[in-house]
Amino acid sequence: MKKIIKYVIIDILRNKIMLGYTLFLLVISLSIFNLEDNSAKGLLSLLNIILIIVPLVSLLFSAIYVYNSSEFLELLVSQPLKRKTIWLSLFSGLATSMAFAFLIGAGVPILLYEATPTGFMMLGAGLLLSVIFVAIAMLAAVMARDKAKGIGVVILLWLYFSIIFDGLVLFVLFQFADYPLENIMVGVTAFNPIDLSRILILLKMDVSALMGYTGAIFKDFFGTRLGLIVSFFVLVSWVVIPTWLSLRKFKHKDL
Amino acid sequence: MKKVIYISLLILLANAVFAKIIRVGKQRAVKTIQAGLVLALDGDTVLVDAGTYHEKNILIKKSISFIGVNHPVLDGDNKFEVISIRANGVLVDGFHIINTGISSIEDYAGIKVYSSRDAVIRNNILNKTFFGIYIEYGVNCLVENNTLTANSKVEQESGNGIHAWKSDSLRILGNTITGHRDGIYFEFVKNSVIWRNVSEKNLRYGLHFMFSNNDAYYCNLFRNNGAGVAVMFSKELKMVNNIFEENWGDGAYGLLLKEISDGFIENNKFYKNTSGIFMEGANRIYMDKNVFEANGWAMQIQASCADVTLVHSNFMGNTFDVGTNGSLVLNTFNNNYWDKYEGYDLNKDKLGDVPYRPVSLYSMIIQQNPPAMILFRSLMSSLLDKTEKLLPSLTPENLKDEHPLMKPLPL
Repeated sequence: MKKIIKYVIIDILRNKIMLGYTLFLLVISLSIFNLEDNSAKGLLSLLNIILIIVPLVSLLFSAIYVYNSSEFLELLVSQPLKRKTIWLSLFSGLATSMAFAFLIGAGVPILLYEATPTGFMMLGAGLLLSVIFVAIAMLAAVMARDKAKGIGVVILLWLYFSIIFDGLVLFVLFQFADYPLENIMVGVTAFNPIDLSRILILLKMDVSALMGYTGAIFKDFFGTRLGLIVSFFVLVSWVVIPTWLSLRKFKHKDL
Repeated sequence: MKKVIYISLLILLANAVFAKIIRVGKQRAVKTIQAGLVLALDGDTVLVDAGTYHEKNILIKKSISFIGVNHPVLDGDNKFEVISIRANGVLVDGFHIINTGISSIEDYAGIKVYSSRDAVIRNNILNKTFFGIYIEYGVNCLVENNTLTANSKVEQESGNGIHAWKSDSLRILGNTITGHRDGIYFEFVKNSVIWRNVSEKNLRYGLHFMFSNNDAYYCNLFRNNGAGVAVMFSKELKMVNNIFEENWGDGAYGLLLKEISDGFIENNKFYKNTSGIFMEGANRIYMDKNVFEANGWAMQIQASCADVTLVHSNFMGNTFDVGTNGSLVLNTFNNNYWDKYEGYDLNKDKLGDVPYRPVSLYSMIIQQNPPAMILFRSLMSSLLDKTEKLLPSLTPENLKDEHPLMKPLPL
């Protein structure tokens, strides 16, 4: 298993796109922190990158990588190796390199310029999001045989998680404005890892505004240690469940 | 005529010469304060040695100086009002007053002034008092350098730190007030000044004005009070150089202005409040050189306000700059610095060439539907804000800063 992970990681690190992504993150984060005169605004711009760019790149890159290495996968499957080992190694390799790219690209500037609780929360959220969307992309890639279709699905998924889901939530909020939806909203966030990470970061960043009535409910839940642990487990289950589903599918897949 | 002046001068001098000092203490001839007060005449000084005194209610009916040496403790045994002043020109200096009674019928206070002039209350320490210093029908009284601490848990069982009612020309200087219901409370108080006080961790308001006109407060610090500072139903107030900090919670404001006319608000700092300023029914308010930093809402102006002028202020790191509840805007914003401004300055006059609209669409949405806060800063909400900036439809058209500053003011 280690050998395959090593091979996957080396293969990805040689990939120009991965290098480009790391550099892109690095340049953007450094310039954000250097150009903005107050670091609060810098963090805000960085928040958008973490919530939009990181999932997109994670999804697209992983899906394309899985499709491109289909021949390599076939070769591995013909060897005396368990399919589980092969798939999990592929996942570990992808997840490690995406997380690594984020750590270098955005993590280092955050640690240099903004080593505050907000910064650390962003770093953690970014790392988790990188891994979550690798898992989701692999699930999509194993479900759709056709490469074009798979990539299409992945882009749709990204759209869903970053805009459509929020749009639906807003729609529901206005349709049912007469009902007390605060507690339900806390539950709903569990269905979107991007929303959940965003709220965790907001609790550090906009704490004053969140102390209002509704905000206080969010803070009472997410702001406590229990809430933080629950949110962490929800995010981790966003890694585990898609991986487990894709693994089940891959085990019986006719390659 | 001259004779009259000489004679009156002579009488004054004689008075000063014959004014005596009565010493009260365990080792003195006079053992109790009550006995000392009986001996004293107008103009005398009662000096109290250090120690603990359980003397029920100490009623001062003569114009004397009542001075504690090394903070003698006056204990009200949780039953009595400790010092009651019912004479003009009384000085109360240097006592440590503890354990007043708590009542829902009477307003027991550590030191209470009843219908008197020229009382001076200074350098006292008050602990576990129901009301701290209470002035009713007082004129020209001075309350200076007192430290008031209470640790009440519920509003019903707590009184105000410094409470003034129907008074005129008071000076409240350099006091520190914590743990009371309202730090400083003014009702029907005129021509008074509140200067250099620290009011923090009070259950309700740090400072509370009701029906009090022509007053001013300068250089005070209001921090972490239950609901911030409330100024209601008053006219002609000056608020200068104060700091409003960390007033957090729903219905907590750095400064609440309700039904205020002709206010002047200058050089204040609002830092980390849920709402920096909340205005309702405020008229003719002039605000100049204030700093709003890291608040949830820097300012909420309800549509019931008119002629509010806001100029030369810095808005930095606030979640929302301005919130409002309607489309009617009768207020003026000009030459402020907004860190969210994205305009340009082609002619280099340090003023932005396009107006800034401080009300974002999303703040309007949250006003209507508070749970929508959960989507704040998502891609969805940023898109909504951007479209609104291009084509304003929901946000009030007239609420804008025509000439925003490009650089923050050095405040």
